[in-house]
Amino acid sequence: MEKGKGLARRWAVEFAENSYSSSPVDVPDPMGFSRSSSDPDDANASRQKKEAEAAWKAQKAWEVAQAPVKNLLMMGFMMWMAGSTVHLFSIGITFSALWQPISALQGVGKVFEPYKDPRVDTLAPKLLFIALNLAGLVLGIWKLNTLGLLPTHASDWVSSLPPASEVEYAGGGLPVH
Amino acid sequence: MGSSHLRPPTAMAIRARLGFVILLLLFFSATLSAALYEDQVGLADWHHKYIGKVKHAVFHTQKTGRKRVVVSTEENVVASLDLRTGFIFWRNVLGKNDDIDQVDIALGKYVVTLSSGGSILRAWNLPDGQMIWESTLPVSTPSKSSLYVPANINVGKDNLILVFGGSSIHALSSMDGQIVWRKELSIDSLEIQQIFQPHDSDVINAVGFVGSSEFVVYHISYRTGEVMQQSKASFESGFCGEASLVFDNLVVALDASKSSLVSISFKNEVINFHQINLSDLVPDFSGKVTLLPLKFNGMLAIEIASSIHLLRVKGANELEFVEKISHPFAVSDALPLSKEQQAFAILQHEESKIHFKVKSDNDLRNEILKETIQMDSHRGNIEKVFINNYIRTDRTHGFRFLVVMEDHSLLLIQQGEIVWTREDGLASIVDSTTSELPVEKEGVSVAEVEHNLFEWLKGHLLKLKGTLMLASPDEVAAIQAIRLKSSEKNKMTRDHNGFRKLIIVLTRAGKVLALHTGDGRVVWSVLLPALRRSETCGNPFALRVYQWQVPHHHAMHENPSVLVVGRCGHGFDAPGIFSIVDSYTGKVQNSLMLEHSVSHIMPLPLTDSTEQRLHLIIDAKLQAHLYPKNSDSLKHFFNEMPNIYWYLVEVEKNKIRGYSLENKAELDTAEEYVFQAKELWSIVFPSESEKIAVTATRKMNEIVHTQAKVVADQDVMYKYISKNILFVATVAPKAAGEIGSATPEEALLYAYLIDTVSGRILHRVCHQGAQGPVHAVVSENWVVYHYFNLRAHRYEMSVIEIYDQSRADNKDVWKLVLGKHNLTVPVSSYSRPDVMVKSQSYFFTHSVKSMAVTATAKGITSKQLLIGTIGDQVLALDKRFLDPRRSVNPTQSEKEEGIIPLTDSLPIVPQSYITHSLQVEGLRSMVTIPAKLESTTLVFSYGVDLFFTRIAPSRTYDSLTEDFSYALLLITIVVLVAAIFVTWALSEKKELKEKWR
Repeated sequence: MEKGKGLARRWAVEFAENSYSSSPVDVPDPMGFSRSSSDPDDANASRQKKEAEAAWKAQKAWEVAQAPVKNLLMMGFMMWMAGSTVHLFSIGITFSALWQPISALQGVGKVFEPYKDPRVDTLAPKLLFIALNLAGLVLGIWKLNTLGLLPTHASDWVSSLPPASEVEYAGGGLPVH
Repeated sequence: MGSSHLRPPTAMAIRARLGFVILLLLFFSATLSAALYEDQVGLADWHHKYIGKVKHAVFHTQKTGRKRVVVSTEENVVASLDLRTGFIFWRNVLGKNDDIDQVDIALGKYVVTLSSGGSILRAWNLPDGQMIWESTLPVSTPSKSSLYVPANINVGKDNLILVFGGSSIHALSSMDGQIVWRKELSIDSLEIQQIFQPHDSDVINAVGFVGSSEFVVYHISYRTGEVMQQSKASFESGFCGEASLVFDNLVVALDASKSSLVSISFKNEVINFHQINLSDLVPDFSGKVTLLPLKFNGMLAIEIASSIHLLRVKGANELEFVEKISHPFAVSDALPLSKEQQAFAILQHEESKIHFKVKSDNDLRNEILKETIQMDSHRGNIEKVFINNYIRTDRTHGFRFLVVMEDHSLLLIQQGEIVWTREDGLASIVDSTTSELPVEKEGVSVAEVEHNLFEWLKGHLLKLKGTLMLASPDEVAAIQAIRLKSSEKNKMTRDHNGFRKLIIVLTRAGKVLALHTGDGRVVWSVLLPALRRSETCGNPFALRVYQWQVPHHHAMHENPSVLVVGRCGHGFDAPGIFSIVDSYTGKVQNSLMLEHSVSHIMPLPLTDSTEQRLHLIIDAKLQAHLYPKNSDSLKHFFNEMPNIYWYLVEVEKNKIRGYSLENKAELDTAEEYVFQAKELWSIVFPSESEKIAVTATRKMNEIVHTQAKVVADQDVMYKYISKNILFVATVAPKAAGEIGSATPEEALLYAYLIDTVSGRILHRVCHQGAQGPVHAVVSENWVVYHYFNLRAHRYEMSVIEIYDQSRADNKDVWKLVLGKHNLTVPVSSYSRPDVMVKSQSYFFTHSVKSMAVTATAKGITSKQLLIGTIGDQVLALDKRFLDPRRSVNPTQSEKEEGIIPLTDSLPIVPQSYITHSLQVEGLRSMVTIPAKLESTTLVFSYGVDLFFTRIAPSRTYDSLTEDFSYALLLITIVVLVAAIFVTWALSEKKELKEKWR
């Protein structure tokens, strides 16, 4: 995560250097340089480049959105291997299965930030990403349930109830001797 | 077990096996939980050995070898004690009904005991207590019998031991116990009084009475048992049966009216009687007369109106009054000092002093020895004394006194000093209860809770001396004792885990002692004045001890106290005795003679505003009396009175009756605290087919954590938890005797579960071919009982679990989540809930002396049954083995639940004996006390011995073990923290470098 962020920033910084929109205004252009009189060929090339970039970005976004599928499959296999008894291994797997989708969902925005582009529609990949992670979460919860760790049975609610008190009290027995 | 799971290694099998292995691990860890390592013995447990109240004592003080005294006790123990220290060299506990009649030393190397009404004679090796031989004597009717071991030891010659009782005399070889001869003196109703052997003769003389008026003398050959001479004479006014041998040819007896003495002289077949009125001899004679069995030449001791009169016999018709000794006193047997001289001791109490007098027959008027010692008042009066002599360096006689006190303790006194003391009253505990220790307050040192300031200062001075190496050996010992006392487990304050408590025990002698659970030492002891013999109460005895006041919220400044209940006399209509004793100090706070009798004691689940527990005492007239008698308790009681019931089990009538209470008395009268019984129900067992064998109820203070039992697949069963369940076992009257007295067809055992409020029989089950003895224990919603199966020729244990069917519908999760259920609504027995019962029987190898169940503070921990085995050990058996749901092939989910596959018998794992290698001789009862730590139960078992330990039925899951290395944990934490800082610094550095790149 950390590394990805750093990369994105550096990458963005490089783009900003070449970007026309964020050029410093207070610094005057050098002599003989005209910003408007750019070469149409050049402009065409840059548009093409931008389009290719957008397509690549969209493709990447879809790739990222589909990434949890692999995760899901692996988790499913691991869960099946862990069995349905409660022990360290199965608990560890179940909790990681729960934690991964949750943390991924928390970081949805950050995951898709690099592919932010006015020309790229990131909503659909985002939704897919969320749906897949939710599926992972459901899988984790289902696993939790099969382990019997979810209070879905009457026994889970009754065990904590104290025994009912008795109205009557009776003593006595054999005479003391 | 494992082979059934050897399937092809598919993932399914791996899964299954993984679960199974874990289950197996859990199972083993659970079964091993009670076991100890050898070096852990004595850390949490203690075992004290006692012998009981001494009946007879024989000294063995030959010059060679260790000086010892051989004693027999009322607990049927024969023991050899070290005369210097009082420690037990060896000890043998005979059976419960094998009362020891007499003990003696034969041939200088065997201890001979006569027991079971003169029918069993045993010889034990004197140095180590091994049994040498045992012989059973054909005695038709057990009667008062005696042992005669000839004193003149002729080494090499086989000495005969004579046993006489009723009308027969047996002579046994002291070498091997063979009966050499047997003489049945074929006269009906012959009662032999004395057997004696005149010096250096082969003739023994036996004197006795026939009927009430005839006196007989036999001269019998010592070697062959032939009657050489026999003479008889009758005395018209008759004898009362008591006689004392004064000389070799003179017996003094009491006549039938007990108002005059008859001296009987016999010589060469001529018997002469001479009657002497007691009123002529003794000044102001009146009251009850008994002859003391003092075998003393030329002297007679008679007890008249609890004072002793010594009479000197000058001739056949001449008696002389010597001295009167008033109560309380004790007189020893005669002790031969030399061939001609005998001595005996008289001990007399005077407040806290005891006067010792030793008299010899040469001069009855004066004493050889006169000593006085101070005695603690909490030991009561002297009951018995045995004397022994030794030759001082100046060739005079010195004497040792072995003294049995009223509280059954045993003391050895020599040269006016108490050499050692044994607290043998603890061998006969009647009942016990517990008390918490005082709280360790902040700012108040422990020492101040324990002692006064002076003691505390003294202790610190001692310690200072110890550190400066100035202490003398005695002081070093004292410092050790202080250290031991203040060591963690022996402190006199409450601890965090609740392991330290006081066990308050009541002994048969009427003494209350507080034992510390850390090491079993006696913290305080008090011989209750109310339970001592007195003018008003001739024969008091102790019944029970209850917690009277346990301050929690209110009355915090007060000490807790216990209630001791006794009875004045053995009948059920004898008046009761109350005594309230402070649990911390042993001070008697209050003591009263009740005007009514005590036949039932009911501690109620109510306390008054000073936290005194309300008790109902039910007398023989079925009236209930409320204690404590104050208006506050009455107010509390009236609130609850409509809900208080009681029941009576009448074994003789084969009946159980239930009552409620009503108050007919006017307010503000003495009758205010008396309530009448109103009969509600009765259960009559058919006396031709059933006889009540045993009843059992749940412990009143048992705590149950949950009402639900979760079975396989998360299903719920609701336990029927009621404190008012009575378990009754009845057996067929024909099979009520010992095992083997009835055929399997005749034997039947019925088990009942009865609700004691409404008298409803919840469950009844019949065991064909089963008979007693039955032992039962009730806890939560189950009963376990132990009996003998005549068909299988084995002992069996059955379990009955009872479930509430009327709550079984409470299975909707949402209703439970929202709290829309009736599971916590108070239950009434009159709502007649439907019950469902599950039961199962298992074979069990051992016969059982008593059963108990573990109890924990919150009732979460699983239970273990404690079984007192016939070998006087305590076995812990998991309740899981006694689960009625065990089946041959439990399903996967049942296995996960912890159900053990069905076996026909219960396993006995040697490691689960909580007494490990020790024996609690004469085991009578086991008491379980919950510690504050939920996993742990304190177990106190008592019989002749005391044993205390703590057990954790599911291991100590809520605390770290004592050998846990805290240092390692600390070091690990420190290292980890350091590592975190170091790596953090390193990563910071690295990041900075990256940024500069």
